[in-house]
Amino acid sequence: MRYLPLTQSDRQAMLGVIGAKSIDDLFVDVPAEARLDGPIQGLPNHASEMAVERHFSDLARKNMAASHHPFFLGCGAYKHHVPASVDHLIQRGEFLTAYTPYQPEIAQGTLQMLFEFQTQVARLLGCDVANASMYDGSTACWEAISMAGRITKRKKAVLSSGLHPHYVSVCETMAKFTGDTLDTVQPELSANTDRTRLLAAIDDETSCVVVQYPDILGRIEDLTAIAAKAHEHGALLVAVVTEPVALGAIKAPGEMGADIVVGEGQSIGVGLQFGGPYVGLFACKEKFVRQMPGRLCGETVDAEGKRGFVLTLSTREQHIRREKATSNICTNSGLCALAFSIHMTLLGEKGLRDLAVLNHGLAVQAAERLAQIPGVELVNDSFFNEFTLKLPKEARPVVRALADRKVLGGVSLGRLYPGVSALENGLVVAVTEVVTAEDVETLATALEETLSEGVGA
Amino acid sequence: MTRYYTEDHEWIEVDGNIATVGITDYAQGQLGDIVFAEVPAVGSTLKKGGDAAVVESVKAASDVYAPVSGVVTEGNDALGDDPALVNSDPEGEGWFFKLTLSEASELDSLMDEAAYKAFVDGL
Repeated sequence: MRYLPLTQSDRQAMLGVIGAKSIDDLFVDVPAEARLDGPIQGLPNHASEMAVERHFSDLARKNMAASHHPFFLGCGAYKHHVPASVDHLIQRGEFLTAYTPYQPEIAQGTLQMLFEFQTQVARLLGCDVANASMYDGSTACWEAISMAGRITKRKKAVLSSGLHPHYVSVCETMAKFTGDTLDTVQPELSANTDRTRLLAAIDDETSCVVVQYPDILGRIEDLTAIAAKAHEHGALLVAVVTEPVALGAIKAPGEMGADIVVGEGQSIGVGLQFGGPYVGLFACKEKFVRQMPGRLCGETVDAEGKRGFVLTLSTREQHIRREKATSNICTNSGLCALAFSIHMTLLGEKGLRDLAVLNHGLAVQAAERLAQIPGVELVNDSFFNEFTLKLPKEARPVVRALADRKVLGGVSLGRLYPGVSALENGLVVAVTEVVTAEDVETLATALEETLSEGVGA
Repeated sequence: MTRYYTEDHEWIEVDGNIATVGITDYAQGQLGDIVFAEVPAVGSTLKKGGDAAVVESVKAASDVYAPVSGVVTEGNDALGDDPALVNSDPEGEGWFFKLTLSEASELDSLMDEAAYKAFVDGL
């Protein structure tokens, strides 16, 4: 393909059509302080490839890599062991180079893999049908709210205070443009969720209730009563799962009456990867399938009666429905979905249950050990592999001090809810199968020492 | 009862103040096998030319527009269970919705059967 650059008059003609004076007019939504208005200050002149590599290696060594130290961070991204075979298989050229198929039926292998992914996700979340994945958990969460709006023709969503604040931010950004109202509050550092508030907030204008399970503090609750109250008022229950490994041990949201269940699939097969790319999970009851966003793969038979796969219901999508599509996601996280699917296949149902039991057991031991430290309290009365501690002082500087002792000790609530003093002593600690008994002891010792030193007092 | 047609291939049959709307035989033939139809909610206010319903075939999803302005009094629930009614009987059992006319004079801009036939023959 030839590359034909634009002339200045081409640019002016195009800008004229859309009514913009200059290219800069197209970027007015980017805050002025985030825009570059000249060369980058302080950037050194070019250097040799070797010199640049040496420089960046030095910078990279300043990072504390997740696998180099005891690691207890969670809150939406979890460090699990990913078998080497997952990486080996996803790197096969047939999988690695294929983008989401636009002439899908010639890529039967890709479609079969997506179909199997959907089957696993639907079973895991306890729903009838799942799509071939979304970008990540937070965008899947917004798509669920948006879908509930299409189904109920209402625009008021009630968000649990236990929903990840980053997910809330994504939804608030989207709601600015759609006019949806999001009823949301911050959590309290307590074993109790805001179930009472949720139940009271559901009325005949509510499109959906959104509950994270387990929630941002690691708490787990029965969703049945919330589902019942929502359904009584013609609203839907949206459940959000950020740690799908939990569903190897606790009841799936779909089995408790959730109408739409979304989640972050990173935990299974996908590494931490500096925060992305991840893979969004999206499943619902069959009666809502036509309002479901994204790609959906179906199994059928061809003219000769042989098993085959198709992309189905794609008439709802952007390339056919244009601006009236159910959503403007017209793709999926194919490679991460494949990694999820391979890891899940390697685990099998029993393997997933065993993995969940192992995670929970280690987390219980860690919680008991850490709660013995003077002044440290366990907030949760229920959790899976992640729990919240209440420290006797602000947690954020404690996390910093723990890092200086070479322990990545958890996520402080001050980081997730900056400026909220009622939460600033909260520390969320995740314990997966990669954590050893020595790691827990290292954290406990470092935490005890840090607290007795008066850091952050 | 009088039947009128639009250039977007909807038909509308007026009986007193209530009109029934569907898509024409030509339209269903172009769409192919209909697999889903979404009809407007009772009580919703439609504007002439605005989106009223959605019809989805194995080939495409299309909007059905309101031929005239009015308030929806009934949607054809039978299409939920059997959307193929739109193929088998588009101008009878396969109707989409009924509405009360808010501006009867809007009918004047629509085609009668002969004009619609000539319009389709010219496509």
